[in-house]
Amino acid sequence: MGYVIEMLNIRKEFPGIVANDDVTLQVKEGEIHAILGENGAGKSTLMSILFGLYHADRGTIKVRGKEVRVNNPNDANDLGIGMVHQHFQLVQNFTVTENIILGKEGSFFLDRKKASKRIAALSQQYGLNIDPDMIIEDISVGMQQRVEILKMLYRDANILIFDEPTAVLTPQEIEDLIQIMRNLVREGKSIILITHKLAEIKAVADRCTVIRRGKLIGVVEVADTSVSKMASMMVGRPVSFKVDKRPAQPGRVILEVRDLSVLNNKRLLGVKEFTLSVRAGEIVGIAGVDGNGQTELIEAITGLRPIEGGAVIVDGNDITHADVRRRNEVGVGHIPEDRQKRGLVLESRLYDNVAIKEYYHTPFSKRGILNEEYLTEYAQEVVDRFDVRSGEGIYSLAGKLSGGNQQKLIVGREISGTSELLIAVQPTRGLDVGAIEYIHSQLVAHRDKGHAVLLVSFELDEIFNLSDRIAVIFNGALVDVVETGKTDEERVGLMMAGIKAGEGR
Amino acid sequence: MIKRKIRARSSNAFIVALSAVFLGLLGGAVLMASIGSNPFTGFYYLFRGGLMSIERIGNTLATATTLMLVGLSVAFAFKTGLFNIGASGQMLIGGLCATLVAHKIFLPRPIYLVVLVGSALLGGALWGVIPGFLKAKFNVHEVVATIMMNWIAYWSIYYFVPAYLKGPSLETESASIAVSQSLRAPWLTKLLNGSYLNYGFFIAIAAVIIIRFILDKTTLGFGLKAVGSNRWCAEYAGIKVQRNVIISMMIAGGLAGLAGLSFYTGYSRNMQIGILPSQGFDGIAVALLGASNPLGVLFSSLFFGILQSGKGFMNAMTSVPPEIADSIIAVIIYFTATSVLFSRFWDRVRRRRQDRRAGGEEKE
Repeated sequence: MGYVIEMLNIRKEFPGIVANDDVTLQVKEGEIHAILGENGAGKSTLMSILFGLYHADRGTIKVRGKEVRVNNPNDANDLGIGMVHQHFQLVQNFTVTENIILGKEGSFFLDRKKASKRIAALSQQYGLNIDPDMIIEDISVGMQQRVEILKMLYRDANILIFDEPTAVLTPQEIEDLIQIMRNLVREGKSIILITHKLAEIKAVADRCTVIRRGKLIGVVEVADTSVSKMASMMVGRPVSFKVDKRPAQPGRVILEVRDLSVLNNKRLLGVKEFTLSVRAGEIVGIAGVDGNGQTELIEAITGLRPIEGGAVIVDGNDITHADVRRRNEVGVGHIPEDRQKRGLVLESRLYDNVAIKEYYHTPFSKRGILNEEYLTEYAQEVVDRFDVRSGEGIYSLAGKLSGGNQQKLIVGREISGTSELLIAVQPTRGLDVGAIEYIHSQLVAHRDKGHAVLLVSFELDEIFNLSDRIAVIFNGALVDVVETGKTDEERVGLMMAGIKAGEGR
Repeated sequence: MIKRKIRARSSNAFIVALSAVFLGLLGGAVLMASIGSNPFTGFYYLFRGGLMSIERIGNTLATATTLMLVGLSVAFAFKTGLFNIGASGQMLIGGLCATLVAHKIFLPRPIYLVVLVGSALLGGALWGVIPGFLKAKFNVHEVVATIMMNWIAYWSIYYFVPAYLKGPSLETESASIAVSQSLRAPWLTKLLNGSYLNYGFFIAIAAVIIIRFILDKTTLGFGLKAVGSNRWCAEYAGIKVQRNVIISMMIAGGLAGLAGLSFYTGYSRNMQIGILPSQGFDGIAVALLGASNPLGVLFSSLFFGILQSGKGFMNAMTSVPPEIADSIIAVIIYFTATSVLFSRFWDRVRRRRQDRRAGGEEKE
């Protein structure tokens, strides 16, 4: 069987960074071919070249053995290449049919009926289960993704690129997607799957091309390769999935939350008389399904949301009604949930971002004048120590960094400051194995230095891996606090649904 | 290498501005040709009008002074994420305060000048701080608030000038300020053969330097820029967003107030009623072309100053109407606003050249 797609010796350079360095990708007809690499390894660049969004500096692209030039996405479409982007490109108030035929309307008069009939048939053939007359804003994220798939099929694409398709899906939807991908291959399509999630590759891919820092590392048969082997190829060293940590040695109480009540955006009580304490030298994880008051709780502790009742005390200081800066000064560090909205000024340099909490006091500045020498030194230190990789060092714009490096920068800033209490919200969301491992180890190291860490995560694995104690939140109220060693995922899972141990059944 | 990259980034803004200017002039040339005039003679007289004699150059600088201060005001607000469209009103109130001082307060010249400048600064700042306060406390959009403040200033002048500052002959303008009470300096007037150039020009240059310093080197500027670029992050970092919005509008208003000072007690020496000064809006163009950078504002205001003061001469010497100069400004604004296209164009040119060089090396 021949290759449908060959990208030979591709090189692509961006200012200060070689995104692809002599990368070769060969996809066989009818296979699911995964491209595995860390964030910023060059996967997306490679695919953007194939799809005509970027032009390679060097190298050739062949489709079914014939050398081609792909100048723009329309060329790619004509060659039968389709892409499901990570961020869907759908018009919210159009129907499925209208979205799919957009740009391919055909003659002047729209024949919606004919189009929707064809879409229904395609949906049937590939088991997509989509009603062509539904409005996009009324259907789930998983269904929207299937509409994107239908869009490609409608354009007769037979090489389908999926860019991080599972990032936005629930576990059930991921199952469905895997089934759909199998159906597509059975019907003769070829699939390129871009991901950094090893479990998915193991579940669905035939072969896997591994890229690290823009270079081709190797191509493996997925069936014959272990997950840890692929992980180490991706990261460049052995990866441990378990966090390495000694038992906690808790000291004095750092964070004390007493009967805390907070309003949510609907002006209802989002947090109800919540009481929790975190001691020096321990990690307390807050487990709960998204939307059960975690955001409100954290915003109340960090000063971004007013407190209705109760008290927050950090290291003996009552900060219930203190402003954010005062909280920073008593030692509250905060790795925010949304790193691009809250955590960084994307159009500013790393140099500015690193100092954004502390620029106003010495030695960062003196009598209102910035101390540029110290700022440079400090930024360089944080970037070096936390291995933040970028094109132009501390003068790179934060927005140009990959997600993992952005998060490392934030973690670096928050840990380098004097944070007696570090609050980490979803600290590894959307990151790859290497970055997750690194950030986890930094959190544990921070704990071992005798600081308190409060972790919020929607991933039970992460909670169990890191926490010394687990506090379960449901519907804005504390269900229970348990020691990690004395419980298991099933029991915590039940509590997350509001069922306390010993109750129910 | 890093230094070079940074320079490359700021030189990019410079190239974009030059491209916009070039296309603006080209657009003007096409317009002139289309009404049957020779573009070359048109431009010759346009620039000659602004630069042909020492007196003309002085007047061009005097025109540029007002634009520079207004441009700085708009640029400063831009940097902090605010759109100050109320520079006209701030100019009027700054000018009114200064005119009042000029008529009523008599002090030794150096102290007097400080009081005069201070009054305009305060008047403008007051007119800026009100929309800033409304934005910070009640989330009233600053564009709406500043436009309304423009008209409040307009009608206040309409009432105030005839009532308290009326000249001997005309109902519609204030009495002329004595030269000794104005920003004019006899030595300067003499030096430049009787041009309008006055101390306002030096105030504007000082303002450029001070604003540049505030934005780049101070904690105040750091906080203001953070709020302007991402208020969510600023809030998270403990920077007081609302206070910074108010401070930013106050400084922007003060700068526009200084523009009023330079215009009403320097360039002209009286205030007319029923006129909302167009410089308040021209300042937006100055800020845009200058990429909201103080130095950029300096150069773009000089350029617009030449166009503004040369257009009358062009009209007198050729059949080209003075509106052509305004059209050129309009085209420049248009192209500056779409500057993304230029960046892309120049990037592509650069890339081609690199490719060719890389290809050539391979062959060798």
